[in-house]
Amino acid sequence: MKALAARRQDRRAPIVLLLLALLLTGGLYAVLAPTSADAAPVQASTNDIATGEKLFQANCASCHGPAASGTASGPSLIGVGAAAVDFQVGTGRMPMQMSGPQALPKPVQFDQEQINQLAAFVASLGAGPAIPTAEQVDPALGDVANGMLIFRTNCAMCHNAVGAGGALSQGKFAPNLWETTPTHLYEAMLTGPQSMPVFNDANITPEEKRDIIAFIDQQGGTSPGGLDLGALGPVSEGLWAWVVGMGLLIGAAVWIGAKSS
Amino acid sequence: MTTTATPTPVEKIAGGTADYLDQRTGIGTFVKTFARKIFPDHWSFLLGEIALFSFITILISGVFLTIFFVPSMTEVHYEGPWAAMNGVEMSEAFASTLRLSFEVRGGLLMRQIHHWAALIFMAAIVTHMMRVFFTGAFRKPREVNWVVGFLLLILGLAAGFSGYSLPDDVLSGNGLRITDGVVKAVPIIGSYTSYFIFGGEFPGQDLIPRLFTVHILLVPGIILALIGLHLFFVVLHKHTQYPGSGRSDKNVVGYPLFPIYVAKAGGYFFTVFGVIALMAATMSINPVWNYGPYDPSPISAGAQPDWYMLFLEGSLRLMPGFTEVVIGHYTLSLNVIIPAMVVPGILFTLLAAYPFIEAFATGDKREHHVLDRPRNRPFRTAFGVSILTAFFILVLAGSNDLIATHFHMSLNDITWAFRVLIFVGPWFAFWVTKRICLGLQRKDRELVLHGHETGRIVRFANGEYIEVHKPLDAHERWLRVQHDAIRPLEIEPAEDSRGVRRKGYRLDRMRQRLSQTFYEDRIEPVTPAELAASHSHGQHDAIAPAGEPAPAQLTGAVGGGQHLVDPQDETALDGRNR
Ligand code: HEC
Ligand code: HEC
Ligand code: HEM
Repeated sequence: MKALAARRQDRRAPIVLLLLALLLTGGLYAVLAPTSADAAPVQASTNDIATGEKLFQANCASCHGPAASGTASGPSLIGVGAAAVDFQVGTGRMPMQMSGPQALPKPVQFDQEQINQLAAFVASLGAGPAIPTAEQVDPALGDVANGMLIFRTNCAMCHNAVGAGGALSQGKFAPNLWETTPTHLYEAMLTGPQSMPVFNDANITPEEKRDIIAFIDQQGGTSPGGLDLGALGPVSEGLWAWVVGMGLLIGAAVWIGAKSS
Repeated sequence: MTTTATPTPVEKIAGGTADYLDQRTGIGTFVKTFARKIFPDHWSFLLGEIALFSFITILISGVFLTIFFVPSMTEVHYEGPWAAMNGVEMSEAFASTLRLSFEVRGGLLMRQIHHWAALIFMAAIVTHMMRVFFTGAFRKPREVNWVVGFLLLILGLAAGFSGYSLPDDVLSGNGLRITDGVVKAVPIIGSYTSYFIFGGEFPGQDLIPRLFTVHILLVPGIILALIGLHLFFVVLHKHTQYPGSGRSDKNVVGYPLFPIYVAKAGGYFFTVFGVIALMAATMSINPVWNYGPYDPSPISAGAQPDWYMLFLEGSLRLMPGFTEVVIGHYTLSLNVIIPAMVVPGILFTLLAAYPFIEAFATGDKREHHVLDRPRNRPFRTAFGVSILTAFFILVLAGSNDLIATHFHMSLNDITWAFRVLIFVGPWFAFWVTKRICLGLQRKDRELVLHGHETGRIVRFANGEYIEVHKPLDAHERWLRVQHDAIRPLEIEPAEDSRGVRRKGYRLDRMRQRLSQTFYEDRIEPVTPAELAASHSHGQHDAIAPAGEPAPAQLTGAVGGGQHLVDPQDETALDGRNR
């Protein structure tokens, strides 16, 4: 201990510390970094990559550039991984149609095979998060209560307590999650589309991601108390109290009043 | 029931009991006078009853909830049917709310009845208050009852807020957090008061039990007592009535309380209860299991209070944050003080004091038992509408995130729009409403003087066309001319005959200015002279409808107006035109 304390005064100590810190971060990164595209569930064949490239040149290159390295109208896709493509194209956000505060989902334009081919092409450009396996996103394997706790500390501020959606600044918004497939849920966390932060596996472990999926699956849109009124909280309740409650009661009052005269 | 010579056993018991009570308490005379009390009939007089009946519903369902709710902040781990909470640490209050919702039979229904009834209660209070306001039912002698009513409104807010916070969920906890912030923003005593309320640093361990006492004992107790006083005043002052022929400040036209009114009111209780129960059975309200147990860190999108508190949320959301000033070592949080204290302060002071302000401006000491038609008091009506507008804008501002997502607008733009609207909107609403009121009064004058347009066009032999107008019948006319035109107050000059400045002149001058603001713009009701003049004008070109005798001669003796006799029958025939 004494020796260590003495060395602390050494001029070289900061350098040693820096090296140690770098080593540690590097090591941590190696352990925790998103798994590379090689881990994709369906091993992409060179054939897929070639077809994917053709699809990409036809549909995406105008914005993302022929080499997917980005243009003024679209970011570079090198290293975004198969998960990002599967999410963006699978929810209909890409190819983007209209510029606005946020690329909106619209009817999906490709079938799953084409999406996989596109994903394989983009993944071949640089390592990035892969499409999760069916087991990784199976709600039945998740812990609902843990999912609730993680969801409300990480997601509820944007997506509402049960994922009914909420507003962000300047016309952006966090969408409702009840119709989102488990795979897209997982991919959204992994890739952080647009204004949403990335929740990598160090932030929220794969098991915790599955817990969240289980929570959304169990609770999103379920309502033991009757109609959920959009699960939007007290504002919609107040609106219905006035419209339905006061509407019926004043209607009845007018009817009773009319009976006399 | 048919009258039989021998009473049935039930009748015997009932009669016996009544007799027993009467001999000992003399209640018979009381019931008799009470039963003969006359109550005028109008749908808007039932608004107060909605408040009363929803309050009874709240009491009944509340007693049920009290049996199962545990007002404690002791931490427990939930074990129960709701998977998303299993094993989660929470306060006993929250756990017992979950138990009430999922394990106690009928518990969820009761919770929902209680909460829907609370929303309806507040909505009914506000609509009832609007009725009383716009019809001028608060004028002498009812100013005191207005103040009692106002206290009921404030207590209703207190009841709602304290109850809303009891389950100790995240959403209501956010509300308490804001309350804590508001209390702390009070200069000098703020932080001490907050420590006092929460029994230490927020959230502390004491709040839920304290709120429980406030919510189930203190507030409902005072509300009950005040409702008693309120209704006592209604009986004492007798109920007001809408203007109409045969109704004056000296009589009440209506039905006796018993049996007609009692039957109606009794029926209406079941309607109110039924509507609330229907809503509770079909529509989810305050699903605390969605929000989860309170924890100071998370907050969810769409975090808002119940609707009656939403205006405060809105005023906080509109306030720019940079208005916090630091003086020496002290922070003056104007960004909280203005929206959370000054704004409601102004709103509530205006509401509570309005009857007195108006009486001051009117200089009127008479009793009023006939209600005003809102159009005949343009200033008051416009003032009420502008307060409602401000309230409504604040409510919308409190929902700005939902407006943004549902109408795909930018949250920032909406907030800016409301920041402008909160200043412009009430003035604009005031101006428009006043114009509409004056317009309606002109329309009334026009109708009284010239009658209804019939759409019948008659051509004279000389080629002239005229439209036949049908005069108003006496009842219609009376309704349009019965009110007083209130004119601005005249005051004595500043100096008396010897040129000495008069004491109290400045107060008088202020009063006159106020009075002018109220009554400068006005349309006076038709006077009998004007009516007569218009009739004689119509007379000379009168034509007889084909095949009918000449129209009845109209004289100045018929009709209404403050100086006219109240009409007894219908006089005018369908004959006059101009
Ligand atoms: C009209 C231009 C346009 C077209 C066409 C287009 N994109 Fe995009 N894309 C964008 C823009 C702009 C963004 C960035 C969106 C943002 O983050 O706000 C984007 C983002 C993405 C992302 C997310 C990148 C990340 O960092 O996670 C992926 C993946 C993507 N696009 C894939 C595609 C694919 C695949 C196609 C073809 C099917 C396509 N895009 C077509 C404009 C376009
Ligand atoms: C800062 C706010 C924010 C947070 C925190 C956030 N999201 Fe999002 N989320 C967004 C926005 C904004 C979008 C829309 C992005 C887009 O349209 O490309 C989005 C989109 C999504 C989608 C896609 C929904 C669909 O079907 O279109 C999913 C799934 C999702 N988020 C899940 C999550 C989960 C799970 C978490 C918590 C781990 C989370 N989000 C946290 C803002 C957020
Ligand atoms: C707990 C809430 C309240 C209850 C249960 C209640 C109940 C009633 C009832 C049943 C009546 C008689 C019927 C009617 O005119 O509607 C009445 C009259 C009246 N209320 Fe309320 N009320 C409440 C709140 C208020 C408030 C907030 C105000 C205004 C500040 C108010 C002012 C009055 C006045 C002035 C009358 C006499 C009206 C008249 O004679 O025309 N009340 N109230």
